[in-house]
Amino acid sequence: MIELQHLSKRFGGRKAQPVQALDDLSLSVPAGALYGLLGPNGAGKTTTLRILATLLAPDAGQVSVAGIDALAEPRRVRRLLGYVAQEVAIDKILSGRELLHLQAALHHLGAADRDARSDELIDLLGMGDWIDRRCGSYSGGMRRRLDLATGLLHRPRVLVLDEPTVGLDIESRTAIWQVLRQLRDQGTTVLLSSHYLEEVDALADRLAIIDGGRVLAEGTPSELKNALGGDRVTLRVREFSDAQEASRVRSLLQACRGVRQVVVNQAQGYSLNLVVEDAGVVEALRRQLAEAQLPLFALSQSRPSLDDVYLQATGRTLSDAELSVAGRRDLKEERKQSMR
Amino acid sequence: MTSASPSITPVAAAGGEPSALAEITQETLALTRRLFIQLARRPSTLVAGVLQPLIWLVLFGALFANAPQGLLPGGMSYGRFLGAGVIVFTAFSAALNAGLPVMFDREFGFLNRLLVAPLRSRSSIVFASVLYITSLSLVQSLAIMGTAALLGYGWPGGTGLLLVLVTLLLLVFSVTALSLGLAFALPGHIELIAVIFVVNLPLLFASTALAPITFMPPWLGWLAALNPLTFAIEPIRAAYAGSLHLTDVVLVAPYGSLSAIACLAILAALAAGLFLLIRPMLDRKLT
Repeated sequence: MIELQHLSKRFGGRKAQPVQALDDLSLSVPAGALYGLLGPNGAGKTTTLRILATLLAPDAGQVSVAGIDALAEPRRVRRLLGYVAQEVAIDKILSGRELLHLQAALHHLGAADRDARSDELIDLLGMGDWIDRRCGSYSGGMRRRLDLATGLLHRPRVLVLDEPTVGLDIESRTAIWQVLRQLRDQGTTVLLSSHYLEEVDALADRLAIIDGGRVLAEGTPSELKNALGGDRVTLRVREFSDAQEASRVRSLLQACRGVRQVVVNQAQGYSLNLVVEDAGVVEALRRQLAEAQLPLFALSQSRPSLDDVYLQATGRTLSDAELSVAGRRDLKEERKQSMR
Repeated sequence: MTSASPSITPVAAAGGEPSALAEITQETLALTRRLFIQLARRPSTLVAGVLQPLIWLVLFGALFANAPQGLLPGGMSYGRFLGAGVIVFTAFSAALNAGLPVMFDREFGFLNRLLVAPLRSRSSIVFASVLYITSLSLVQSLAIMGTAALLGYGWPGGTGLLLVLVTLLLLVFSVTALSLGLAFALPGHIELIAVIFVVNLPLLFASTALAPITFMPPWLGWLAALNPLTFAIEPIRAAYAGSLHLTDVVLVAPYGSLSAIACLAILAALAAGLFLLIRPMLDRKLT
């Protein structure tokens, strides 16, 4: 449904240091999928979505939606596409309903269709109590719901959302998740960006991990996790161990069959983080410890998480990545770009 | 939240495509409606826009009320002389501010909402501003004209009124084009407001709004005779002075005499020129 091929985009010029926002990024979103774009702030998610929404032209590359070339025929693509931007732009003076009506006119809906469709979405998103109040009085969650409604008003075949739940309360977040799943079930292709692992894990049928303007990994969440292989085991011989004991246990366990990797986690009281081939290995570990007359304070076992996938793909955890870009971004330049 | 699931399935766009004109009209009217809703709920701009010129008219008129009789051409009173200037200045100020709402839409990202919509023509955004500012400035000007009449400064009469409205329309179109162009060319509203401040009063002083060219030193006379405001003020002033033929001379400039129709032609050319000038810029920013 969405094909992005070899997109490149560079920002900045005379004054600002140029930033390569997208670096040969390619992505293919199948029809009817709920697709997640996962990456830290500054990874290129917003740029990708803005290009898709025809707000920004790439320096190089191809964009097509439902077989239509978005760069050659942007207006046809805009009719298929609902775009919910990250920064909610709302006219504070208008009421929510007036904003919906304005949006309907911009999509050339007739009056009867406009009213029916508005009522439908007001009901769906639970906006009935406050839709006739001025937007200036809305909370973040209310604004985001209204914005989602304006994106859905013209029944788009493709819905694009830039960080739809960032900074939202649990109730609004759950409400939005529910609507997105419902849309997907009814055949809408949904593409959303997020820097919340759990959001993408919970929602997305497929996802792409992007960082530095490129796609680093792509697949269904379980494919990506399985590709990592092995369960994660965390164990401690006592609540607070020391370096000496930890390294002794480490060499002991490393010898076990089925243990791929043992890391001492100093930050967590010298617990041991293991990657093991399958769940059966855990029994062998218990036996080994018992034979060496060592106690076992705690043992937990888990399938690889999306966090592990992220770490594997980018060589750093998502939170580390966020920290490292925080100082590098030129927010003024980004604001300028978004203003055009 | 929702219980039953109303249809949110995509439905193919229905039937044949409606005409371009119908769609552009729908877009433009919806965008204009938004500006009027804003005005109705935040009327301070309108109130200030009417009050400011009234203050000009009353205070400035009083300032020179005791000027010697016969000082001004045709022996008219200063209040009557000033009326035309204040009317034009009111329309001019309103039009000069036309770019501000567009600039705020750019800054707050509301413009993006318009740009991702499948507008038949993005010129609708410009048409809506022109429509809004034109009606607004005409309302303001009519309020000034009414007050001037009450103050005893006269009323242009039927055909005169028509001439006043046409003149104001041409001026408003030109200045709105200029202001919208600036709203897309300048980086932010601070810069736009700075330009408005710098342009506003000097253009007023270097025109025939407050004094005739004969009062001015030659260099200022030249500036006033080239100032677009002057080309709007003089026909209106002539319309106020009594029955007027379009071919009557209304402006005696250092470079020659201009008839009312010549002044209007210059304003029309200016409006057309400015629209052509900003067109490429709007296309670049809006496509």
